[in-house]
Amino acid sequence: MARLSEENVRLAKEIIGRYPRARSATIPLLHLAQQQDGHVTNEAMAHIGELVGATSAEVYGTASFYEMFKFEPVGKYLINICGTMSCALMGAEDLMHHAEHRLGVKLGGTTDDGMFTLERAECQAACTEAPCLQVNYRYRFRVTDADFDSLVDDLKSGRLNDEIPAHGTVARVRQHIPLDRGVGAVPPEDVTEAPAWMDGKAAL
Amino acid sequence: MTTTEPTPEIAVDPNAVNLTINGRPVAARKGELIIAAADRSGDYIPRFCYHPRMSPVGMCRQCLVEVEGPRGPMMVVSCMTPVAEGQVVRTETDQVKRAQEGIIELLLANHPLDCPVCDKGGECPLQDQAFSHGPGESRFIEEKRHYEKPIAISDLVLLDRERCILCDRCTRFADEVAGDALIHFTSRGNNTQVQTFPDEPFSSYFSGNTVQICPVGALTAQPYRFKARPWDLEKTESTCTTCSVGCRITLESSRDELLRYQGVDSDPVNHGWLCDKGRFNFESVKSDARLSNPLVRDGGSLVETSWSSALATAASLITSALRAGGASRVAVLGGARGTNEDAHAWAKLATALGIDSVDAQLGDGLPADVLSYPQATIDEAARASTIILLAPDLKEELPILYLRLRDASEKKRSRILEFTAKESGLTRYAWKSVPYLPGTQPAVVATTLSDAAVAAQTAKGSVVVVVGRSNLAESDEYTMAALDAVMAANPSATVLPVLRRGNVRGALTVGLGRRDAVDILADAVNGEIDCLVLVGADPIADCPDTELARRALAAVPNIIAIDTFATASSSKATVLLPAAAFGEKDGTTTNLEGRVTRLARKVTVNGTSRPDWMVALELADILGHDLGVASVADVHADLVSSNAAFAPATRSALSAHPDGVVLERITTTNSARVVPPVAERPGFGYRLVVGRKLYDNGRNVAESPSLAPLAPGSALHMHPLDLERLGATDGASVKVSGDRTSIVMDVVADESVQRGTVWAAWAQPGANVGELIDSTKWVNDVKVETL
Repeated sequence: MARLSEENVRLAKEIIGRYPRARSATIPLLHLAQQQDGHVTNEAMAHIGELVGATSAEVYGTASFYEMFKFEPVGKYLINICGTMSCALMGAEDLMHHAEHRLGVKLGGTTDDGMFTLERAECQAACTEAPCLQVNYRYRFRVTDADFDSLVDDLKSGRLNDEIPAHGTVARVRQHIPLDRGVGAVPPEDVTEAPAWMDGKAAL
Repeated sequence: MTTTEPTPEIAVDPNAVNLTINGRPVAARKGELIIAAADRSGDYIPRFCYHPRMSPVGMCRQCLVEVEGPRGPMMVVSCMTPVAEGQVVRTETDQVKRAQEGIIELLLANHPLDCPVCDKGGECPLQDQAFSHGPGESRFIEEKRHYEKPIAISDLVLLDRERCILCDRCTRFADEVAGDALIHFTSRGNNTQVQTFPDEPFSSYFSGNTVQICPVGALTAQPYRFKARPWDLEKTESTCTTCSVGCRITLESSRDELLRYQGVDSDPVNHGWLCDKGRFNFESVKSDARLSNPLVRDGGSLVETSWSSALATAASLITSALRAGGASRVAVLGGARGTNEDAHAWAKLATALGIDSVDAQLGDGLPADVLSYPQATIDEAARASTIILLAPDLKEELPILYLRLRDASEKKRSRILEFTAKESGLTRYAWKSVPYLPGTQPAVVATTLSDAAVAAQTAKGSVVVVVGRSNLAESDEYTMAALDAVMAANPSATVLPVLRRGNVRGALTVGLGRRDAVDILADAVNGEIDCLVLVGADPIADCPDTELARRALAAVPNIIAIDTFATASSSKATVLLPAAAFGEKDGTTTNLEGRVTRLARKVTVNGTSRPDWMVALELADILGHDLGVASVADVHADLVSSNAAFAPATRSALSAHPDGVVLERITTTNSARVVPPVAERPGFGYRLVVGRKLYDNGRNVAESPSLAPLAPGSALHMHPLDLERLGATDGASVKVSGDRTSIVMDVVADESVQRGTVWAAWAQPGANVGELIDSTKWVNDVKVETL
């Protein structure tokens, strides 16, 4: 649990290079930190502050605005069961009770083996597929108690490793933008010509 | 101007905007906010988040007003909406009232209404505006939001999140004004709260300002908590003399006890802000350690006596010294911590007695002729195109000047060109920060200024040189020579001298700077001084060359000290007279730019203490010299009539201008200086740089229980690579040796220190770095060894 690793600092610098102002990279770097440690550590936030030229308090202020950044360790799999209208009508409460029994934790809790954290979530925009849940933000639709059990079994056995990475990994394929294709470190007010990615189409 | 063309009269001010507020025509400036225009027209609009010295955010929505729009009246936030030509604003319609009442009801939904036990109760904008603009009742019956209360966000400031209305004033102040964004909104929605980073306190030098501008009782100051109710406080306007910036303040007391200072918005000086040292050092005025009665040495110890006998003894000591060897055997040090009247009375007495060995500084400032260069004011510095810093770390020494110059840089009015031996608080705001090794400053300055890009910058507009003593372990002649180099390259530049002691400029202007204190102390060591008068001066603590001061005071047979405390120096006195402190005496003070403002007496003196001027008058009387003055008003009148620089600072002028009157600028041509040799980097060892931290061992801080723990303590700062070369680790103890002696200090890895130099803070609890400083040397080099 610590500051960003050497490899991640290199990545962080590449990400910062995409923005005209270093501070704009704060949120992508928070994701990077969460991918590294599974949650965002205080040390990582202080490190991000150093990298983007902000105080730790500013980084924390930004990070804490967002539900998806966790400041305490969470399980390898974060299971969010939707409890908003459509899902509630379609039996989300029962599903939650079942999940609590199956995992042996209350909503908000993490299993002793560190595998699962169970949370109640607000609408996940899949109302036609109610009740739904997300595992590390990957959807499961029209979930029955039996579906939930087999999901947990699959996650435990590693059968879903290809589909669902550990908590904190936003995507397995990392975007790389060569510096010459980026907007570049030019403040917006100083930009007079169309950026490179428009390939001169700005004239149209 | 020799032009004969008539200048056309401007009939219409292009920046004027005419609008109507509540049916009355109001003239405003282009870009002015409706709320500010309404303030001037006398139409008060309630507000919480709006503060004229910070950018508007429209956070609280309390200032909603009605503006006539194309589709009828619309509600706008008056703190975010600029005035416009022909705009029709109404601030008191039923709709406006309904909106404002709604906001108050909303803000009070979660506010605990614990006004009876809240420090702010009685002067609380939320309380006041709930009465004046609130609905009088609430529909909210649910449970309020609860937080642990209060939490300490720093050693000085506590935060009660239940009372907070999230106006963004403190967080904006920390970010925009102080540049210490150590508090921030965290979380979201109903859980939004002001917080520090976990385990990283709001340790800003300016944290007390957030307490003053908090529109509710969410932020409270440790030194004032539960000390008084606002309606019990009596207030008087005065000027802070902790440093020489001279911030305007109110002294607030109850039952003859100082309880609080608040910043007053003085446009040319402090903009309402104070540093925490200035704000909270009122505690030292009421310290139990204050001297309350005169003391005279009897045998080995100081014994309390009456004023008349103490003054008689003091006078006889002066007389016998004068008889024995003449006026050259008497010296007067000090006068920079009192009022102009204190200094003037002592200068008059010294003149009457023919004493020439007089200095208000203690070898820790600059030669007095720095005041004879063309002078600049703080405002002129903060408006200059280029600010050249030949100065100590202003954040540590003159915090409010730091805020003003930081603001000039942040608002892109000025570019800062800094020359420094160690990174300072302003380095990150500087256009260019040029490091120099002590002893090379004039050469580095001359080279830098001849650079084409720098020359182009300084040619753009006005140049103000901020000049002060940046390194106590280096001769001040280097800084003066560097100043001459700037003046040679930019003859129209003006100078803002940043000598730090409260009234040092006043003291030097009235003539308390006739000889260098270091020379006077050297005379004393040689047995050439029989009687030394210390007027609020503590050479052992304040002269950079501790050894010199200690030997000088040991060699002088008789010392007369006038002081508020028994200090390292004053406790060696034969006669020790208790002095009235700040807040206990009337008078005037002069800030670093030469601005004279009034000081107020708010509480009665401690014990039988007397102001310095009175002691001078009484001694003069006993010694048979009639100074022709008998009261502080007399001394002031005499000062104004006898000193050309003080001519504008008449009593009536000071009454008419609470922000003060700037001294007449008297520029004289200086004789050429002996340019000191460029001291080369030694083949071995480290060059010593000694600067100051805001909190130190000084009486102001050490006798204020809230501030004393904030002094960082003595340590030797080294560049991490030098530390590695030395083979020591961060925090280890090392032996630091000068030519005379060695001391043991803890070493700190610090990247802001240049390689080849070591930096230590002056006057810190622990090892005294002054032991390593030899004032007769151009620079001081030290050897560092592991233990």
